[in-house]
Amino acid sequence: MSHLNLSNTEEHIEREAQHEEVHLEHAEHDTGFGTYILVWLGLVGLTAITVTLSGISLGSLTIITALLIATIKTLLVANYFMHVKFDTTIFKVFIGVCIIIFLTMIVLTFFDLTFRNPLI
Amino acid sequence: MANGTIAGQHPEEVSFYEYDGKRKGIMGWLLTLDHKRIGILYLIAMLGFFAVAVSMGVLMRLEMLTTGETIMKPQTYNSIFTLHGVIMIFLFIIPGIPAVFGNFLLPIQIGAKDVIFPRLNLLSWYLYIIGGLLAIISLFTGGGIMDTGWTFYVPYSIRTTTNVSLSVFAAFVLGFSSILTGLNFITTIHRMRCPGMTFFRMPLFVWGLYSTAWIQVLATPIVGITLVLVILERFFGIGVFDPNKGGDPLLYQHLFWIYSHPAVYIMILPAMGVVSDIIATFTKKDIFGYVPIALSSLAIAFVGYLVWGHHMFTSGISDTSRVIFSFLTFLVAIPTGVKVFNWVASLYKGSIDMRAPMLYVMAFIIVFSIGGLTGLVLGTLDTDIHLTDTYFVVAHFHYVMFGGMGLLFFASLHYWYPKMFGRMYNEKMAKFSCWVFVIGFNVLYFPMFIMGYLGMPRRYYDYLPEFAPYHIVATVGSWIMVLGMIFMFANLIRGLYNGPRATENPWDGTTLEWKVPSPPPLENFDKIPTVHYGPYHRDWEDDRNEVVKEKH
Repeated sequence: MSHLNLSNTEEHIEREAQHEEVHLEHAEHDTGFGTYILVWLGLVGLTAITVTLSGISLGSLTIITALLIATIKTLLVANYFMHVKFDTTIFKVFIGVCIIIFLTMIVLTFFDLTFRNPLI
Repeated sequence: MANGTIAGQHPEEVSFYEYDGKRKGIMGWLLTLDHKRIGILYLIAMLGFFAVAVSMGVLMRLEMLTTGETIMKPQTYNSIFTLHGVIMIFLFIIPGIPAVFGNFLLPIQIGAKDVIFPRLNLLSWYLYIIGGLLAIISLFTGGGIMDTGWTFYVPYSIRTTTNVSLSVFAAFVLGFSSILTGLNFITTIHRMRCPGMTFFRMPLFVWGLYSTAWIQVLATPIVGITLVLVILERFFGIGVFDPNKGGDPLLYQHLFWIYSHPAVYIMILPAMGVVSDIIATFTKKDIFGYVPIALSSLAIAFVGYLVWGHHMFTSGISDTSRVIFSFLTFLVAIPTGVKVFNWVASLYKGSIDMRAPMLYVMAFIIVFSIGGLTGLVLGTLDTDIHLTDTYFVVAHFHYVMFGGMGLLFFASLHYWYPKMFGRMYNEKMAKFSCWVFVIGFNVLYFPMFIMGYLGMPRRYYDYLPEFAPYHIVATVGSWIMVLGMIFMFANLIRGLYNGPRATENPWDGTTLEWKVPSPPPLENFDKIPTVHYGPYHRDWEDDRNEVVKEKH
C-alpha cells in the first residue's frame, strides 16, 4: 500500500497564497474610499428615513417598513464594509445558510405565537 | 486505503509527550499550543467532572432505593439532580468527543500539523476550565446549590433564592468555549486539508465534527443570550420572561430548546463519526454508503435545528406548532436511519474482528436504536402527552445520550488509546468491562421505561409503593454499571504504566492517524501527505473488484 506520496506541499501553499493575494488585490481595487463614503451616506440616509417614519402612523406597515430598511442597511454593511461582495462563493454560502436557519427559527417560533390559544 | 502508508518512513522522532519546547514540566502543558496536548488536557478535566457527575447519579439512585427519605432531604435531592444534569450535559456530553478526540485527531486525520488557530484552541480550554470552576464555586456561594434542573426553566429560575445566576453564567462561559472550538474546526477543515484530501475523502469522524461545529457556532450564541437574559431578569427584573411583567415564559423555552435540542446533535454527530471509523477498521472493508452517511450528518445537523418544539408539547404552545414540530421530529429519524442501516450493511461480508472498540460500537447500535425509537414515541403528540415528564423521558434520554455519546466516548477511548498514549490495554479485561457496563446500563435504565409508562413522574423525591420494585432494580443496575466503569478505567490506567508498547497501526486502520507513530510527534507528519483514495479504501478491494469485473 503506497498510494500516499509524501510530497512537499510548499508549492501548493505558495499557489494558494498567490491566489489569495490576487483575490485581495482585486477586492481592494474594486472598493475605493469614494464607495465607502457613498455607502456610509446611504446608511445615514436610511437611518434618517427610519427615524422620520417612526413618527408617522403606518399601521401594520410600520414594522415591515422598519425591517425592510434594516435589511437594506445590513446588506450594505455586509457587502461593502465586511467585503462579502468580493469574497469567494463559499463565504456567501455560509452566510446564506446562517440566514436561512435564522429565518426558519423566527418563522417556527411565530407559528406558536400567532396560533396560540389566547385563553391559555 | 486512502492514504497508503507512511510506515517505516519516519526518522526517529520523539513523541509530543517527550518533545522539549520552550517550556517544560507543567507549564509545557498549561501553555501548550499543540492540539494533541490540548486534547489530553480536555480528557483529564472532563474525566474529573464525569466522575463527580456519576457519583451524584449514584447518590440519586441510592435515595430512590426506598420510599421516603433514604440518604438525603428533598432539597438536597433537587440540587443533586440539577448538578448531575448540568455537569453531565455542559461539561461532559456536549464537549466530550469534539474537545478530546476532535482536538487530538482532526488535524491528523486531514493531514495537517495542527488546527488553524492553536492559540484560540488553548483559549477554548481555559474557558472550559473557567466555566467548570464557576459552576463549582456556585455550589458554595450565594443562596446554595441551584435547584432548577439543568433546563433553568423560568419563572422558577428567576424566583428561586438558590445560586442560579452564577451557575447560569458558568454555562454562558462554557458556551464560548464551544463556539470557539467550532469556529476553529470549521476553518481548519476548510483551510488545512492536505493535498488530495477532498471533502469526500475525509474520514467520517471529520464529517461528524464538521456538522457539529456548525451547530456549535450557530446555535450556542442563542442559549448564551438567553442565559444572560435570565441573569438580567433576576437582577433587574426586566420582564422578558416574567409573566407578571408581561413577559412570556414560553419564549424562554423556545430560546432554550433552539440551542439545547441541536446540542443533542452536537453530542451525537461526532460520536456517529466514530462508529463509521471503527466499523471500517474492524470489518476490514470500506464503509457501505460513505456519501449518504456523510451527507446524513449534515442533514441531521440541519433538520435538528427545526425540531426543538417537541420539548414543549405540553407547555401550552399552539396546536399548529405542535403538529409542525411533531412532523419535523419524524423527519430527523430518516437520516439517522440512513446511518444505522449503512453501518449494519457495512458488516455484511466484512472480516469482523470483535475487539473492545467494536464491541462498544455494537452495543451502541442496539442501545441507541432503543433510545432513538422511543424518541419517536415521545415525538408523537398523543403519546407524548401521556409520557411527558415521566421516567420514560429519563430512560429515553439516557439511552440516547449515555448509551449514545457515553458508550462511544468509551469506544473512542479504547480505539484511539494506542495512538494517544502509545500503549495497549488488556483486551480481555476491556471486553469484560464492556459487557458489565452494558448489562448494568440496561438494568438501570430499562425499568425506567416501564415505570414511566405506568406514570412515575421524573424528578420526584418520593414515590408510591407500586413503583418500588422498578426503583430497586434500577438502583442495583447503577451499581453494576459503575462497577463496569471501574473495571474499564482501572484497565486503561494499568495499561498506561504496564501495557505493552503500541505499534503504529495496531488495528490495521486505514485513516491517516494510523500512518504516524504512536504517540505522534509534535507536528504529526514529517512532510504533509498527499491523499489519492477515500479514507477506508483497501488495496485488496481493488483486486476483488477486478475479479468481479472479469467474471462479468
